[in-house]
Amino acid sequence: MDWQDSGIILSLARHGEHDAVLEVLTAEHGRHRGFVKAGMSRRQKGHLQPGSRVEVSWYSRLEEGLGRFTVEPVHNPLGALMGDGARLAALSAMVSVVAATLPEREPHGRVYEGLVALLDLLEDDASALVHWGEGLVRLELGVLADLGYGLDLSECAATGDNDNLTYVSPKSGRAVSASAGAPYAERLLVLPPFLIDTAAGRPSLREVANGLALTGFFLGRNVWDVQGQGQPPARERFTATLAAEISRG
Amino acid sequence: MPRSHGADIDGLIQLLSRLPGLGPRSAKRAALQMLKKKDSVMVPLARALADVAERVVTCTTCGNIDTHDPCHVCADARRDRATICVVEDVADLWALDRSESFRGLYHVLGGTLSALDGVGPEDLNIAGLLARVDAGGIGEVILALNATVDGQTTSHYLAERLKASGVKVTALAHGVPVGGELDYLDDGTLAAALRARGSVE
Repeated sequence: MDWQDSGIILSLARHGEHDAVLEVLTAEHGRHRGFVKAGMSRRQKGHLQPGSRVEVSWYSRLEEGLGRFTVEPVHNPLGALMGDGARLAALSAMVSVVAATLPEREPHGRVYEGLVALLDLLEDDASALVHWGEGLVRLELGVLADLGYGLDLSECAATGDNDNLTYVSPKSGRAVSASAGAPYAERLLVLPPFLIDTAAGRPSLREVANGLALTGFFLGRNVWDVQGQGQPPARERFTATLAAEISRG
Repeated sequence: MPRSHGADIDGLIQLLSRLPGLGPRSAKRAALQMLKKKDSVMVPLARALADVAERVVTCTTCGNIDTHDPCHVCADARRDRATICVVEDVADLWALDRSESFRGLYHVLGGTLSALDGVGPEDLNIAGLLARVDAGGIGEVILALNATVDGQTTSHYLAERLKASGVKVTALAHGVPVGGELDYLDDGTLAAALRARGSVE
């Protein structure tokens, strides 16, 4: 068994003294792990950081085996992000959400494309916290949809209208209008306008935080809690960064 | 399989092969060298190992490993006591001190924040650092952590935590290594070097 693919590094774990097990989100082969000979060596470790774009060749005698990666670095964003704590927090949140959520060896081409676009956005000097947060919300919505837990934000679950959609039902994952949801507002999740109205313009940081609370609720219930691992700590740190920025005004 | 030595020597070889950089073959070579030079190498080595094993402690001030608490670095009155250099591991402390370019105090974190390994702020010696800074007399904290995602995330987390203390927080520069050729550098290092460029006097 062998294949070649483009990928984004999600994590690197030490294996023995100098070797490593690399986890990569590939374009056509999904989230995949493989052994990298001397992956922890001074020469290789710098190229194998989370968020780096690589070309990988995977080989295994048996299809179900861990297999072995040969890695060729394509682009390492770390140099551009190193001086910015918020960008690093966003990078860690993005890769850890994908690593903690997607099943192994199942192609998720749209999520891969989404992550590539988000990493490019992170390196854009003109982008800011609100853009990365919005991107993470959209990435998580895409992950939910790919896993079969997609939210239906097209019309009100109670009335069928698509006017003034303000909430999301935690039970069904469907949108609820302001009037139909008013009596149950405390039990419903807030639906930020930027997720339903493409003309709504850039969201505020608070709307992004609401979006992350929304996707975090459904990812938690359908994936993370089922695996007994909870929200990835890196995502928690990013939402804390967002909350600190909101409180600063 | 024929055995060329007894269980005692076999045990010694197995213990040596657990050390970094030594495999079974090189451990066997090291053991043979010690056996051949029993009086000049093996006995003094065994004595030194037993002596250090009995007295080794972690410095309660900085986290360095030494046979004294406070360690030799913390106890050295000639050092600049207003500057603390924060490192990930004792190996980093020893490497920086070997360079003799820094003559202040150190603080060993014991790791970095890591989403993959589930290492959070409470797992690191951050409270000890904040307590040292709060105790007063510190003018600058230098963050000398690795240029990895985890290392840099930890740097920014520490900078945020230290902000309230008002102490000056700096970090090591990243860029072209001494003797490095641009052609051989990865694009991440080049990008960091360009961002950290300075004027030529």
